Parts: sequence; structure tokens; C-alpha cells
Amino acid sequence: MIPISYFFVLSIVLFALGILAFFIKRDLITMFMAVEIMLNAANLAFIALAKAAGSLHGQVIVFFIITVAAAEAAVGLAIILLVFRQKKSIKTEDMRLMKG
Amino acid sequence: MTEYFWLIPFIPGASTLVLAVFGKWLPKKYVSYQACLSVLASFVISVVSFLGLLKVSPENLPLVKTLFGWIISGVFSANLSFQLDPLSTIMALVVTGVGFLIHVYSVGYMAHDKGYTRYFTYLNLFTFAMLILVMASNIVLMFVGWEGVGLCSYLLIGFWFEKDSAASAGKKAFIVNRIGDAAFILGIFFILINLGSGEFRAINEAIGGGLVSQGLATLIALLLFVGATGKSAQIPLYVWLPDAMEGPTPVSALIHAATMVTAGVYMVSRMNLLFTLSGVAAQVVALVGALTAIYAATMALTQNDIKRVLAYSTISQIGYMFIGCGVGAYAAGMFHLYTHAFFKSLLFLAAGSVMHALSGELDMRKMGGLRKYLPLTYPTFLIGAIAIAGVPFLSGFFSKDAILTQAFAQRQYFIWALGIMGAVLTAFYMFRLIFLTFFGQERLDAQARAHLHESPRVMTLPLVILAFFSVLAGYVGLPVVLGEKANLFTRFLEPVFQPGHEAGLTMSMEWLLILISVAVALCGIYIAYLFYLKSPHSPHRLVSRFPRVYKLLYNKYYVDEIYNAVFVNPTVKGSEAVYDNFDLKVIDGTINGTAAATGFTGKALSLFQSGLVKDYALALLLGVILFLGYLLL
Amino acid sequence: MAAFLFFLLAVTCVGSVLAMIISRNQAHNALFLVLAFTCLGGLFGLLDAPFIAAVQIIIYAGAIMVLFIFVVMMVNLRQGITREKKKWTLFFSGGLAIVLLVELILAIRGTFFALGRTGGEKTGTPTELGRLLFTDYLYPFEITSVLIIAALVGAIVLVKKGAKE
Repeated sequence: MIPISYFFVLSIVLFALGILAFFIKRDLITMFMAVEIMLNAANLAFIALAKAAGSLHGQVIVFFIITVAAAEAAVGLAIILLVFRQKKSIKTEDMRLMKG
Repeated sequence: MTEYFWLIPFIPGASTLVLAVFGKWLPKKYVSYQACLSVLASFVISVVSFLGLLKVSPENLPLVKTLFGWIISGVFSANLSFQLDPLSTIMALVVTGVGFLIHVYSVGYMAHDKGYTRYFTYLNLFTFAMLILVMASNIVLMFVGWEGVGLCSYLLIGFWFEKDSAASAGKKAFIVNRIGDAAFILGIFFILINLGSGEFRAINEAIGGGLVSQGLATLIALLLFVGATGKSAQIPLYVWLPDAMEGPTPVSALIHAATMVTAGVYMVSRMNLLFTLSGVAAQVVALVGALTAIYAATMALTQNDIKRVLAYSTISQIGYMFIGCGVGAYAAGMFHLYTHAFFKSLLFLAAGSVMHALSGELDMRKMGGLRKYLPLTYPTFLIGAIAIAGVPFLSGFFSKDAILTQAFAQRQYFIWALGIMGAVLTAFYMFRLIFLTFFGQERLDAQARAHLHESPRVMTLPLVILAFFSVLAGYVGLPVVLGEKANLFTRFLEPVFQPGHEAGLTMSMEWLLILISVAVALCGIYIAYLFYLKSPHSPHRLVSRFPRVYKLLYNKYYVDEIYNAVFVNPTVKGSEAVYDNFDLKVIDGTINGTAAATGFTGKALSLFQSGLVKDYALALLLGVILFLGYLLL
Repeated sequence: MAAFLFFLLAVTCVGSVLAMIISRNQAHNALFLVLAFTCLGGLFGLLDAPFIAAVQIIIYAGAIMVLFIFVVMMVNLRQGITREKKKWTLFFSGGLAIVLLVELILAIRGTFFALGRTGGEKTGTPTELGRLLFTDYLYPFEITSVLIIAALVGAIVLVKKGAKE
């Protein structure tokens, strides 16, 4: 069978890719997607650890993470929609109200 | 009977607190009653304690009551504790007794003043502080009282603070006192370090046990005496007392005649073992006292302000008290303090009465012939003047004579001579005052003349009582010529002052000295009579013969100007220089600079706030990386 | 067999994420992400967590990504958005990502062969998970339901157009 640490490495790689995506992309929606990738990488790590420790607590935590991520995605997308309505664009350079 | 003596300071203290907190809302009549009755209550307790003290045998003295440990810090420790012994009892009686009469007098004198409640608050506060001073059982607590009376002196001298001269006079008093206090504090420190405790009993035991070297005693005694010169207005720190006449007259009577200025004498008497051990210090005390006595008397000769004459007279008389202490006749010095309290406060209060009658006039050149109009003030004033001049059968004679006789007996002939000369001048200037004010031509202002009236009874009654005591108070201290045991006063004070210090003279010598004192006093009075009644032009002729001498005396030997030039102006200029160069540039510069730097840093850091989410995320990421790196390494 | 499955799923996952990064079309990005999540679901299954795998696919790949696609639709951009103009930011962020990667791998270096293998005893059946949820994690469970309601209401309130004047 597969050593569990492989899953860890995969999780780390996915996380790094998520970060890369976040910094490369310029539009809000895709950046948000990158955040979701990072969340999932964490989920994978949790499940792997749950398996390694032999307890199910890790899986329960993932359950909650998924739930909360769903709620967060809903609200976040609503906000993106609002912003788009205001500014007619989803490019992040246009969101500079907090400058200074 | 003596259990409650420790309450003596606290009753006026409680009254002060009430007046200070609630004074604004209390009616005037109530304030008068509370202020006066609190001092009266202290007086009653003082009398009761005195009577109880008579029954206590000398080995049990002093009676000490410790209220609580106030400062407990190794060597520097002091308790809030009071002691009852003959010396503190006499002082307490004088302070509360004369204080009570002056409080009553003030009710009349300050009746129309808008600061009435404030006045009585300060007056009670003074009484509280003074009683702490005289009843303290250790030198640190005494110093608390010492400073307290200095503060009250400042507050009361500058009572009419809207007047520039009064405010300056208050400042001057406090600052000059402070100089003395600096020396006093040094003295306290030396005592604490070398003797281990500030309690008077402990100090006396240490000295008695031979633990104090003569050099150390001299050092401490001299330092303490410098403090005394400040508080008791001797050379060189007397300059504040004449200016202090800016305050209300009852204040001058209480503080600058009867009580505060005598604190120095009390202190020296309390530390008498120290001064006796160090012969040098005692000699210095006597010399300074004698020189001051005559020096101040010369200045009193030329003053035209009625209160200034009395101020210089006070300085001079305190000089006599220090003569007494300096030659080892501490009981005689205290005796003079006691009689002086009566007749000097009488003189001041009577002067206040005269001023009140004349609607505030204090220049003697604008008085004259007043004896017809002031049927109570005149006789009481006269009694006070006779007492201070040293005319026999009144109190001043007994006390002054005791001092001078002892000075002679201790072979301090120079000091005795100065004392005798001072007595002549004293008699002269006092009667000059009497003749100018109450006799001769009327030189009054028309305004004053119109409103001329004798003072109300609340003011004249204390005068009468004080006059009564000025006459009779001396009979507790009859001279030795009338019998070895005749001097009750000295015998009462024996537990405090080692007996047998008063050297003996032959009977005939004593009588001779008495005669000389009397002759000298009568001489002075007669010369004043000649100058101011018989031939009123004599003063002018004398002045025109010696104009420079007159000018020197009139301008108080230019001492104020000298002090200004040598001490005050350089200090002021120096302070201004420090202010410009250090305070403004360095301190303000640092603070403003810090503020500017903070603002600058803020502006610089705000450049990081680009408003872009990505930049913030970048910062986050960097932080995470660094932190992880730290954890890994 | 399991190893083959693992590598297949892993490569697909990473590949679709990479494709997501490269592509400029939002719709394509979303779809690639769906693929990635599905692969992750499979990986969860490999790790003896069948229930979580099912939840992942239903909720993440199903509901959340559908939301994303809806939003992409509503935003309705004609042309794609060009990539970041300044090249140096690319390399800088890439560099940082690599640094983080290395750091994290270093962090777990002690565990490479120590953690055991898949195919053990405990599997995450709904029964087991349910038991844990309703005993140890009851409180968070209830709170989460409140959270979901809040998010629901919030999202609706936010996006509702203002009342007509």
C-alpha cells in the first residue's frame, strides 16, 4: 500500500500551487478559486493524518471545513457580485479603496 | 490627666479639614465658632495635660504616645508619635492660648474680608502644623511641622494675593525658609546616620552615653542652627520677615511674633544637649543672636511703617532668645520666648487695632495724638511697649534680665554689652513708636479722621487679656536674687535642661546687673521722650548731621539689594539661560522630535498600504515563510 | 492497484490545477477545478474516508463549483483577462511558492516512512462519523448549522436589489 506521507507531499504541492495561482491571477473569481484549492489541500492533509493516527477525528474536522467553506463561498461570491455591479469589473487593480 | 495630650494637634487639624472641604457652603458665623473653639479645645487639653504633668516625677519624662509607625525604612524611620514634657507643654500652652486670642481677634479684624473662610482654614492649618512641631517626639515629625508652618506662612502672607507685593512677599518668605530647611534636612540626615534614630530621647541618650564626638555634634548643631536662622529670622536669613508684614495683622501677630518664628528657639532648646556638647555651636548661636539683636534694633530706629518697626523688633527679640540658648541658659531663652509671645502679639494686635481705626493707615508720619480717641487700644499698647522695653515689674523685664545676667555670668561680656546696647535701642524705638502714634500733633488724613473709631469688643477683649498677661506672666520666673527657689519657670524645665548650668554670681553683682538693665531701659525711654515730645526737631537735626548713617539704616543696610544682586539675579538669569538652551531645545526638541519621527514612520509605512489585496496576501505569505523557517531552524 | 489509482488521481489533480492556472477563461478555470475536486474525492476514498469522499464530491465539486459557474455566467465577461503584465511578479510569487513548498516538505521530513500505509482497520463510515459528531462534536455541529443559516440569509440579503422607490 501507499505510504501516507505521499499524501502529505501531494497536499503540500497542491497548497503551493494554490498560492501560485492566487498571486498570478488578476481577476477576483479565479483568485477565490485558488483559495478553495488551498482549503482542499488542507483537507487532504487532515484526512491523511486521520488515517495515520488511526482516529476519525480528522475526518470530522474535514466535515466541518467543507461545510464552512461552502458557506464562505456563498457569501464571498455574493460580495463579488456586488462589487462587480458597482465597478463593472472584477479586476483586482480596480479595488484600491483602502489605499494609504 | 495626661492621657489625651496627643489630641492637641488633631483638633485644629480636624477643623481645618472640615473648613477646607465644606468651607464654601458654611455660614460665616459657624466658621468663626468652629475655628476659634477648636483652638480653645486644644488649649483646654493643654492646660489639663500641664496640670497632670506637674504630678509626674521627672524620671518618667517625657511621656510619649506613639500613634503608628509612619516611615519604616531601615535607618530612616520615624513614628507618628508625640511627647509631653515641660518644654513641649509650655510651647503648646503658648501656641493654643495666644492662638485662641488671635483667632477671636481675627473674627473682628477680618469681618469684611471676602476670603474669611479661607483665612480661618489657613489659620487652623497653621495651628495644627505648629502643634505637630512642638509636640513631635522625633526630629523627622518635627520637620513635618516645620515645613507645615512654612507653608502656612506663605499662604497667609500672600493672603491678599491679588496684590503683587503680598504675593512676592509670600514667595520670598518661603524661598528663604527653604534655604534654611536645606541645612536642616542635612542635619537630620547626619543625626539619623550617626545616631540611628530621630527620636529625641534616643538622641539625648546617645549624647549622654558619649557616643557623639564633639566634631559631629558641632556639624549637626550648626546645620540645624542654619535652619533655625531661616525660620526664626536671624542673620543671614531674616530678610523675609519685614516683607511678611504684607499679610493681615493677626497673622503677623500669631506667626511672626508669637509662634512660628520662635520655632527655631524651641528646636535649639530641644536639642540643648547637642549644643552644649559642642561648645563652638553654642558660641555661634549666642553670637549670631547678639549681633542680630542689635543689628535689627538699629534698623527699627528709622522705619515709618508701624508694622515694620514691630517686625524688626521681633527679629531683635528673638536674637535675645538665642543669646539665652547660646550661653547655656536655655530656660531663660524659653522664658523670654514665653513672655515675648504675650507682649509682642499684644503689640501687633494693638497696631492692627490702630490701623483698623484709621481705615488701614500704617504710616506713623500720618498718625499722632490718637490717645484721646482709642481709650482701650492706647493703654494696652502702652503696656506692651513698657513690657518690651524691660521696665521693672512687667514680664519683659524678668525675662530679658534673666538672659543678660546669665550671659554676664558665663563671662560672655561682649555679648552682654551688645545685649545692653540693644536694650537701649529697644526702649528707644518702642517709645518713638508710642509718641509718634499716640501723642503730639495730629497729622491724620482727613478721610481717616472722619472715620476714626475704637475697635469692636471682639478685637479689644483679646488686647486686654494679653495686656494682663504681659504684666503678670513674668512672675513665674523671678530672678535668683529673690531666693534660690523663686524661679518656678526654670524649676519646671529642669527635666529638660540639665540643672546646674546656670553659673552663680554674687548677690551684689546680680543686683548691679539688674540696676544697669533698668537704667538702660529708662534711658532709652527718656531719649525717645526728648526726641519726639519735648523737641520734635531733634530727629531732623540728628539726621542732617549724619545723613549717610541715616540713609544706611533707613535702607536696611542695603541687604535686600545685595542679596538680589548676588543670589537672586544670577539664579534668575541662569534659569532663563537653562530654559532657553536646555528646556526648549533639548527637552522639547526630543519630545517634538519623537512625535515627528513617529509621524514620519507612519507616513513611510503607509506606503505599504496599497489597497490591493494581493499585496497584503504577499505580506502574509512572507510572514508565514519566515515563521516556518524560524520553527524549522 | 491502489498505487496505480493513487498516481492517476494525483497526476490528474495536479494537472488540472496547473491547467487552471494557465488558462485565461474563467469558465474553463471552473471546470478544471471541478475535475480537481473530483480527483480529491477519489483520494479521500483511498484514505478510508468514504463518507467524506462522497461529501466532497456532492458539495464541493457539485454545489460550490456550480455556484462559481453561476457567478462566472452572471459576470459575463466577453474577453478573458490578460495575465499579470509585470513578469517579475510571476517569478517572485513562484519563487515564494517554491520556498514554502520546500519548507513544508522539510517540516515533514521525519515522517516519510514512519506513518504506515493505507488499508488499515478504521474506515470512516457514516455510523462512526455520526457517533463522533453527535457526542464529541455536538456543539460545533449545532453552531455550524446556525452558521449556514446565517450565510444563507446573508448571501440573499446582500445580492437582493434594493426596494423599488
